[in-house]
Amino acid sequence: MSSPAADRASPARRRELALLLLGLPALLLLGVLFAWPVLRLLSMSVADGTLHQLERVVLDELYVQVLFESLKIAGLVTVICLALAYPVALWLTKAGRIGLTLGMFALLLPFWTSVLVRTYAWMVLLGRSGVINRMLRDLGIIEYPLPLLHNLGGVLIGMVHVLVPYMVFPIYAALLRIDPDLPRAAEGLGASRWAIFRRVILPLSLPGVAAGCALVFVLSLGFFITPALLGGGQVMMIAMLIEQQVRELLDWPFAAALSAVLLAVTLVVYAAIGRLTKGARLASP
Amino acid sequence: MRLEVSGIVKRFGGVTALNGVDLAVEEGEFLTILGPSGSGKTTLLKSVAGFEVPDEGVVRLGDQDVTMAPARHRNVGMVFQNYALFPHLTVAENLAFPLQMRSVGKAEIARRVKEALALVELDAFAERLPRQLSGGQQQRVALARAIIFGPALLLLDEPFGALDRKLRESLQLEVRRLQRRLRLTTLFITHDQEEALIMSDRIAVMDKGRIQQLGTPSEVYDFPVSRFVADFIGESNLIEGTAQGTEVYVPGFGALTLPQAPASGPVTLLLRPEALRLGAEAQAAPCRAQATVLETVFLGLSVKLRLRPEGGPDLLARLPLRPSDPPPAPDGATVTIGFAPGDIHVVPRG
Repeated sequence: MSSPAADRASPARRRELALLLLGLPALLLLGVLFAWPVLRLLSMSVADGTLHQLERVVLDELYVQVLFESLKIAGLVTVICLALAYPVALWLTKAGRIGLTLGMFALLLPFWTSVLVRTYAWMVLLGRSGVINRMLRDLGIIEYPLPLLHNLGGVLIGMVHVLVPYMVFPIYAALLRIDPDLPRAAEGLGASRWAIFRRVILPLSLPGVAAGCALVFVLSLGFFITPALLGGGQVMMIAMLIEQQVRELLDWPFAAALSAVLLAVTLVVYAAIGRLTKGARLASP
Repeated sequence: MRLEVSGIVKRFGGVTALNGVDLAVEEGEFLTILGPSGSGKTTLLKSVAGFEVPDEGVVRLGDQDVTMAPARHRNVGMVFQNYALFPHLTVAENLAFPLQMRSVGKAEIARRVKEALALVELDAFAERLPRQLSGGQQQRVALARAIIFGPALLLLDEPFGALDRKLRESLQLEVRRLQRRLRLTTLFITHDQEEALIMSDRIAVMDKGRIQQLGTPSEVYDFPVSRFVADFIGESNLIEGTAQGTEVYVPGFGALTLPQAPASGPVTLLLRPEALRLGAEAQAAPCRAQATVLETVFLGLSVKLRLRPEGGPDLLARLPLRPSDPPPAPDGATVTIGFAPGDIHVVPRG
């Protein structure tokens, strides 16, 4: 028998306990399989008791260059994805049932296909004697194959292709949340279609844009397979550098230091976007 | 500006939302479209605002045919049901929006925003975001935004629905005063008959995509042209009787002589609950019956009784009540009820 007071408190406490229990398996899984190994890895970078490994990353011009190259590629991918995804998201909100189904299908099918498969597919398309070069040559448009692969352009194409859905969905969700009476009200108040977009739709969709940009930028920063295969050694990103340290040079402490830097940059980007979104006066539903 | 719609028809798939609507709102008039949901009133409003293009018919604003004109060229101010304030703009920016769209100069915008804020008594709230305002304040911002650019016509789409009763009443009167002061031609949409009676110069009662009756509030209340209107506006006793010459036979009450003879055969009589007399007052009435009190509902200012006359249909009576008055009769008691020919209105059939 419990006292009446305890009985009164128990529903709320029982709810908390239930939530904790429901979350426990996931928390355990993350803790054991993710947080612990990450901490172990990061601790390796300072295992010798000095910050020497981290110094190597920051002081060596080559590594700093790779870091900047990674940031540049991530930034380019983000901008290209945004430019491609916004119109698609906008179109999806206006498309009818058939258009929406087809659009979603077109987005989700590659989304669920393995990145490796898609990257090899791009190699088939973009290679020296790939589909595109052969077609252009057969049509007599070019004499010598275009360098579509093993350069920055090839990497960007492949990465954008993989990451565009990550940009479309948050923007689409943000656009769907906009009360349809708002553009209507704007039109009634004399706004042209462009003014409706510029003054109402765009500002109200910015939370989705920010979320999409954060996702794509951070995912790009850690990209490995696509730049490795489509870059053909000409493009170096930080994840490839880490892999090289681990697999070829067996320099685990240095790989750990590089990982720590990547993680730090990722967290900084998240924080910055969070601040930006909160700073802008955005509508909360 | 005068609004005139004529012969408006609008179909959605197989459903006819508007089935030939003719209506004119005179300059400076407050006209209410009153109807249940699905009566077509919202579609009519959208056709006037320019958010819907009617399949047939003409919408005229002043001397211009605007049937095909896009909403942004109609110069019509509208207050939406949920206000549709721009959530990312401050109150002042919301008010400035229609002026910016008309390329009004900055200084002029600042002046007019200030003026509009004063008009709705929100001077202190210029820099707030809509979500930082109460429902009533949001409603006033929406109203100010709809009139700041000097629209030819003001449309109100059930703007009081989301507010609690007390606030609703004070805002209704405020909107009415403002509308009169600025002489705004206003088309008001509501399903709330009480609201319609309070606010309107004229009421158009809509049902099934048509205007059933158009008249002043007292006309539609006292002389409804159909059973639907009689039932929809106010509380009513609709009594089925049989007419023969000027005599109408009412079950439970006997025969009643009317000043004007309705068509012979079955007739529907409207007897408002407040017109039914009770007790001593009923003794003098030409049409009387003994009735049992089934139920008494205390309403503060009045009391409502459900009565069952012998051999007749159940009737509602509403009696005014002063604070010290005892209830008119306990439940189960037998009372005399009655009415005179002047108390009833013969509802046309059809």
